[in-house]
Amino acid sequence: MKNGCRLVRPLVAALALVATAGPAIGAGNITVKGSDTMVILGQRWAEEYMKKNPDVTIQVTGGGSGTGIAALVNGTTTLANSSRPIKPEEIAQAKKNKIDVVEFRTAMDGLAVVVNADNPIQSLTMKQVGMIYTGYVGNWKQIGGPDRKILRYTRESNSGTYVFFKEHVLVNRDYAADCQTMPGTSAVAEAVARDAGGVGFGGVAYFAANPKLRILRIARDDRTEAVSPLLPTGAINYEAIWTQAYPISRYLYVYSAGQPQGPVKTYLDWILGPEGQAIVEKIEYVPMPAPKG
Amino acid sequence: MAGVIAAGPEARAAASPRRRRRRAGEVLIEAFLRLNGFIAIAAIALIFVFLFKEGVQAFHTVAPLRFVQGTELDFDNVPQVVRMWQPVGQNPKYSILPLICGSFLVALPATLLATLFGVACGIYLAEVAGRRTREVVKPAIELIAGIPSIVVGFFCLATLATLVQQVLGTEFRLNAFVGALGVSFVIVPVVATMTDDALRAVPDELRQGAHALGANRWETIARVVVPAGASGIVASILLGMGRALGETMIVLMATGNAAQVTLNPFASVRTMTATIAAELGAVPQGGEQYRALFLVGSILFTITFLINLAAEMTVARMRRRLSL
Repeated sequence: MKNGCRLVRPLVAALALVATAGPAIGAGNITVKGSDTMVILGQRWAEEYMKKNPDVTIQVTGGGSGTGIAALVNGTTTLANSSRPIKPEEIAQAKKNKIDVVEFRTAMDGLAVVVNADNPIQSLTMKQVGMIYTGYVGNWKQIGGPDRKILRYTRESNSGTYVFFKEHVLVNRDYAADCQTMPGTSAVAEAVARDAGGVGFGGVAYFAANPKLRILRIARDDRTEAVSPLLPTGAINYEAIWTQAYPISRYLYVYSAGQPQGPVKTYLDWILGPEGQAIVEKIEYVPMPAPKG
Repeated sequence: MAGVIAAGPEARAAASPRRRRRRAGEVLIEAFLRLNGFIAIAAIALIFVFLFKEGVQAFHTVAPLRFVQGTELDFDNVPQVVRMWQPVGQNPKYSILPLICGSFLVALPATLLATLFGVACGIYLAEVAGRRTREVVKPAIELIAGIPSIVVGFFCLATLATLVQQVLGTEFRLNAFVGALGVSFVIVPVVATMTDDALRAVPDELRQGAHALGANRWETIARVVVPAGASGIVASILLGMGRALGETMIVLMATGNAAQVTLNPFASVRTMTATIAAELGAVPQGGEQYRALFLVGSILFTITFLINLAAEMTVARMRRRLSL
C-alpha cells in the first residue's frame, strides 16, 4: 500500500506540474538529490518522515554531491544533499539563476583509511596518507610496511568523498595517475579486501564490519598521537569525530534553494531534531553534537 | 551499404488510369524512403555539429597545450610536467593522452583477439560448415551480440578479473587486458558475421575454377576465397575495432579506471568512453569540464568515424573488384 502511494504521488505531482508549468516546488512534494554517501541516510529520513506525515512526498536520489548541487542550481530539485561544502563558483552560478542557496549541517562523517587485514601497518600520519595517494610513496616498505606495491583505490571525481580527501589529505595535490577509480565506497571496500597491497578510504560505516580490512589510526602530524575513528569495542568513536581529534572528519550538508518554507522547513527541522538525528546514528553516521555542547 | 532502389523500365511502360493511381502511391512511398535515408545523413551531420560546437568551446578557457600536458608542483614544490586527466581540483588537468592510451590499450588487443576468433569463425561458417550446422551456429553467434554489455562487464569484474590475475599474476586485478577480453567477446560476432557475408559474396565460379585446377578445399580457401574476400574481412575487422573503441559499460567496469599514460596492456587504464560515462552526468552544463568531455567525445567520434569510413571504402572496393 505504502509503496504504491509513493510511486503514484510523484507521478500525479509531475502531471500537475506539467499541467501548470509552474516552478518545480510543489506543495507537498519534496525532491532531494545529491551525495551518494548520503543516499541511504536521505532515504531513511524520507521514509520515516513520510510514515508520520502521509501528506508529504519525498523523493531521494543520488548521483554525487556535484550532481545534486548542479540540480539545485538549475532549479530541478528542492533540496541537495552534499558531503562537501558548496563551492564559490556554484554559489555564483546559483545567483545567476536567481537562487539563494541556504546551508544546513545535518550530520557528520568520519573518513576512514583502510588497508588489507594482511598488511601489518596500524597507523599513518596525514602526510603519509597524502604521500601514498599522490604517488610519492609507491611501496609499503617506504613507510615501514612489507615490501609490497601499493595499490591505490579512490572514488569517481563527482563524489564528495573524492573532493574532501583531495582537499584535506592531499592538500589539493593531484591523485597519482595509477589510482583506480571505483564507482562506490562499497566497491573500494571490496577491492581492498581482495588486494593485499590495497589502500582505500571512505565513510567509516562502510568498512567497520568487514573482517578483511583494517581501519588505520591517523595522526594529524608527526607530533600528534594517531587517533582511530573507532572505539576499542569496534563502535564509532563519536567524541573523536565531533571534536575533530580524528583528523579526517567532515560535515554532511543539505542545501536548500532559498530559506525553506512550509513543508520543506518542517522536514529540515525534523531532520535536525532528535528523531532525524537518531536515524543518523542508526545507520552508523555521526549525529550532530547536541546543541548545548 | 545503402541498397539502391531503382524503378525498372517496365514499371513506367503502360500508364492506364489505374496504374497512374498506383504510381502516385509509389511516388509517395519512394519519397518516404528517400526521406528516411536523408534523415540518417542529417542526424550524423547534426551530431557532428553539436559535438564539435560544444567541444571547441573548451578552448575558450583552456589552452590547447593543456589537453596534452599540464604542470604541477611535486612534494618538494618543484614544478613537474604531468600528463594526467584530473578535471576536479584547484588546478584541473585535462590531458587527453592517458584516455587515448587507455582506449587503444583496450581496443587493439580486443580487435586482435576478435580477428583471430572472429575471422576463423567466419571462414568456418562460409566455407566449411554444412548447411545444418550453419543454421544453428550463425544465430547462436548473433545471439552473443545481443548480450547486454553490462552483463559481460559484470562477469569480467566479478569472475574473469580474478581468473586473469591468478593465471597471469598481474599487478592490477582490473586492467586493460581484462577489459579487452570482455570487449572482444562482443565484437567477435561482428567480425564473424561480416567475414561470413564477405566470403559468401565471393562468386562460386572462383571456387569451381580452383577445384578445376586441382586445388583441394584448404587450398581453395587459403589461396582463392580468402584473398578474394580480403577487403571484406579487413572491413569487418575495422568495424569491430570501431565498436571496440566505442564500447563503454564493459571497460567502465573491468579496466580499473586509472587514467595513466602507459603502454603496458596489463596496467589499469581509463578509456575515453568510460571517462565520459562516469563524469558527464555529474558536471554542470556549460562548465569547463563539461566542454572538455565534449572535446574527448569529438576526438573519439572522429577516430571511430575515420575507422568506419575506411571500412566502408574497403567494402566498396571489394564490390567493384568482384563485380568485374
